[in-house]
Amino acid sequence: MSDPVLWTYIVIAVAGWLATDIWRWLGVLLGNRLDEDSEALQWVRAVATALVMAVTSKLVFFPTGTLAHSPLWLRVGSLGIGFIAFLLAGQRVIVCVLVSISLLLLGLAML
Amino acid sequence: MPPSDIALQSNARWFLKGVLSITTLPALILMTSFVGFSAFALESGITRSQAVFMTLSVWALPAKMILIGTMAGGAPIAASFVAVTLSSIRMMPMVASIMPDMRTEKSPTWLLLFLSHFVAITSWVFAMQRLGDVPRERRLAYFGGFSITLTLVNAVIVGVCYGIVAQFPPMVAGALFMLTPVYFFASIWASARHSVVKVAFVVGVVAGPAIAMVEPKFDVLYAGLGGGTLAYLFDRFVIRGRKAAQSATAAPEELL
Repeated sequence: MSDPVLWTYIVIAVAGWLATDIWRWLGVLLGNRLDEDSEALQWVRAVATALVMAVTSKLVFFPTGTLAHSPLWLRVGSLGIGFIAFLLAGQRVIVCVLVSISLLLLGLAML
Repeated sequence: MPPSDIALQSNARWFLKGVLSITTLPALILMTSFVGFSAFALESGITRSQAVFMTLSVWALPAKMILIGTMAGGAPIAASFVAVTLSSIRMMPMVASIMPDMRTEKSPTWLLLFLSHFVAITSWVFAMQRLGDVPRERRLAYFGGFSITLTLVNAVIVGVCYGIVAQFPPMVAGALFMLTPVYFFASIWASARHSVVKVAFVVGVVAGPAIAMVEPKFDVLYAGLGGGTLAYLFDRFVIRGRKAAQSATAAPEELL
């Protein structure tokens, strides 16, 4: 713990690697026995999705780095319009990416 | 040629097909997201070799973002572990749901455990979409070829782009940073096969920033556990409850 560089690697290995692979390994072991439509699995899906989207959404609302100085309406607006275009285009991921990023760049260039 | 050599050759061929699938659109989008991740890592004070180590060992982008977020906030290792492991519970059903399609009776467990490390959103969607078209005994080779290559290529991308992104104009760095959330918004919604995932998606998007303004230390945990439970209950009793009620009232009519 006295070596901060080594300690960072230990944190990544334990709180990152081990913390994710535990669930992948459990997924393999339970793979054939897990009931795809059980209520427990529905709840786990809900918690997992809410968690991931909370993190993702926070990146848009409270970005770090250069985007921290850009207006909130530009980031949310770019993503919102891109997402609507994505829904209209039959849920093609590339549409959301191209529209959102183009609008963001356009906004950043004009401001 | 003995039969085992033919089998080996065929496995090698399917592995190579998997490797070549690295040029498909979802894989390319993920690569640009990792260019964005290298910018995020740099701006969050993570070194180049730490970012590469993280890519190889953790692999899943959301888990890495949570790990960096808690590390940057100075949280103790136990808090980082809890936050990351809660975000990765979804790995269990993700891996479990593709295992019946991937394995044969003879698949060794150690190989399945090894390959499961390379499961993340992109490779999971890849497995769901494509394994059905591959002969069952070649699916592990095909999935392995794609998913291992995807991880290694992105580790190289993080290593190479880490320094380059620092020299990018701020506008480009900002756009690359934005790629990761934009990619997840679209790909997670597109891969949702259950109504509960879409409800939880919306709840998480709103609850994440909202709770962050009130309780910034454990906001993600609260949004995940609390928001996810609310989403589950809403889906169970309102959305699916209504469907169940409709089919219950419809059933007697069908009998007549």
